[in-house]
Amino acid sequence: MKKTGSQILLECLKKEGVDTLFGYPGGAVINIYDDLVDYPEIKHILTRHEQAAVHAADGYSRATGQVGVALATSGPGATNTVTGIATAYMDSIPMVIITGQVPTPLIGNDAFQEADMVGITRPVTKHNYLVKDIKDLARIIKQAFYIARTGRPGPVLVDLPKDVQVATTKFEYPETVELRGYKPTISGNVRQIEKAAKMILAAKKPVIYVGGGAVLADCPAELLQLAELIQAPVTTTLMAMAAFPGEHPLSLGMLGMHGTYYANMAVTHADLLITVGARFDDRVTGKIDTFAPHAKIIHVDIDPTSIKKNVRVDLPVVGDLKDVISKTIVALGKHADEVKATVAASQPWRDEVASWKSAQPLTYQPSDTEIKPQFVIEQLRELAGEDAIVATEVGQHQMWAAQFFRFVQPRTFLTSGGLGTMGYGLPAALGAQAAFPERLVIDISGDGSFQMNSQEMATLVQYKLPVKIVILNNGYLGMVRQWQQLFFDRRYSQTPLELPIDFVKLAEAYGATGLRATSPSEVAATIKQGFETPGPVIMEFKVAREENVLPMVPAGRSIHEMVLAS
Amino acid sequence: MRHTISVVVENEFGVLARVAGLFSGRGFNIESLSVAPMFDPSMSRMTIVTTGDDRILEQITKQLNKLIDTIKVIDFTGSDYVERELALMKVNAEESSRAEVLRIVDIFRGKTVDVTPRSYTIEVTGAPAKINAIVELLRPIGIKELVRTGPVVIGRGSKGWRQD
Repeated sequence: MKKTGSQILLECLKKEGVDTLFGYPGGAVINIYDDLVDYPEIKHILTRHEQAAVHAADGYSRATGQVGVALATSGPGATNTVTGIATAYMDSIPMVIITGQVPTPLIGNDAFQEADMVGITRPVTKHNYLVKDIKDLARIIKQAFYIARTGRPGPVLVDLPKDVQVATTKFEYPETVELRGYKPTISGNVRQIEKAAKMILAAKKPVIYVGGGAVLADCPAELLQLAELIQAPVTTTLMAMAAFPGEHPLSLGMLGMHGTYYANMAVTHADLLITVGARFDDRVTGKIDTFAPHAKIIHVDIDPTSIKKNVRVDLPVVGDLKDVISKTIVALGKHADEVKATVAASQPWRDEVASWKSAQPLTYQPSDTEIKPQFVIEQLRELAGEDAIVATEVGQHQMWAAQFFRFVQPRTFLTSGGLGTMGYGLPAALGAQAAFPERLVIDISGDGSFQMNSQEMATLVQYKLPVKIVILNNGYLGMVRQWQQLFFDRRYSQTPLELPIDFVKLAEAYGATGLRATSPSEVAATIKQGFETPGPVIMEFKVAREENVLPMVPAGRSIHEMVLAS
Repeated sequence: MRHTISVVVENEFGVLARVAGLFSGRGFNIESLSVAPMFDPSMSRMTIVTTGDDRILEQITKQLNKLIDTIKVIDFTGSDYVERELALMKVNAEESSRAEVLRIVDIFRGKTVDVTPRSYTIEVTGAPAKINAIVELLRPIGIKELVRTGPVVIGRGSKGWRQD
């Protein structure tokens, strides 16, 4: 039986197990939207901006581990997806984005609502396709999903012209994918792993440096097992905050520009840095020639391009993290006595780390009169519990969330790390809530970031997605203001956001609930009320205006040269 | 340091743009680039000459390998290979210099492919150094136009590109 291109697309999505689709219609996808009516098993969530549709698919993916799927029309609808795609690309999130395109005879003709999406998204997608022949469509969709979810995950764009959507052919879903140019290495080399085990046994001051790859590889259990086996302190990047329990005695918290004192000191003094799923990003390393100066570096990653890109690596191991860490544990298991001896020998190191922890814990000046943003985060953590999914926007509040909200469960922290996209949090929370309607989902936001995609309040209310939005309102573009205070003589150029917006009224305008707290004594009660009120809620906290995120490693400095809180 | 890399890619629309975009996006330099379909027309072979230190070359090779359309990357630096380039040049050839031009072309085993009372158009193939040499010799006589293909490279020995 023959099917149209748009029917084939939807059949393929079903075959790939897609149950939720985020999108926004338009002329170039009107056929797909018409056929969608016949596929009630695929739930479509209509956002109010295509950027939000992509961020929502992204949040859905980070929360579930599945491939997130978004659909947009051609031209401006497609170009609106670019920021969302770039966000997913920088953080390696598996996604498939389908954009409508003008009919093939019109391509390249400056047609109405035409945009060269393959050209535009080439640098920000793992791969992309223009479907020129309906006979290629099923194969391309299967390949798109395969590429998105394997190896180092990433967004894949499929540009689908209208005439291909309307054409018909016999639908056959390929059994297998054959890509002769793409064969990711999954299994770690056993000889390299043996060498890694030997290096671990010889180390007296080990640190495990964990990046977002550990979340993507779904290996928090193996990571915990390894850390406890060798009793090595563990530091996580922003992307990996939920890969290792924040309350564990071996946890050092975040490292890098706004990392903890003890994490940065531990890395600076370590003699072995076991790097798993991280890429030595500049926010982490600071001045790169003085990063981990005394440490031998083992670098485990599924993507060979990340290895030796920024730092010299003593032992590279390419492979899937779960596979490599499990094999390392097995390799160490063959030397149980030596492991015991190594653990004993590294006790002085753990004592030294503990002394750094007690000398400079994460701290802030508490206040009875002003609401401190860090205080709100702490209260949120206490009242939300460890099962809550937390999305953040970008800025100071994002850093405070990473510092003070101790994450325990994996896939509970959704934040734009690589691109740092303001406007990410609300739609990402939306996507996570769509995946887990029963769980508590919180969006931690600033007053600046919230306005970038505030129109999504409509989506939350329409689909009854009870996201709890926390706006830490300091009337500034906070992070930039902090830099202007520290490095530009307090010249707050274009950073005051002083127009007093009534966020409570804004919530109510959409049919949601709005709450406000203006003093510290109101904070806990407001959060409780927000959590207990059904449906989406905006909780606005008027916080101290010029609070700074500390510690801070100024640009160009080594990570041990932190500006500290006290 | 100058490096010559051959990249076997899928012969699909947009692949050349992808490779070029990779180089420009990451600040890698392309000195020359030539590409054409292979014996198996579903694949194309690109030859890229780039400059950079060993670390840059390692990154270039890894990034090229990462592309879905890249089937194989062959780095010829430090190995035995045959490198050839073709040049077409239109040379001034007035009465006084006509014989000299032909003599030089003969020495370099080039061919004359076009003649006018005032010019010769020459075709020369050889290693890039040979092309450079004939260009230098003809420069004082006057080169009106020069078109070079950039080098293509093939490894010495009996093994094909697949067997490594």
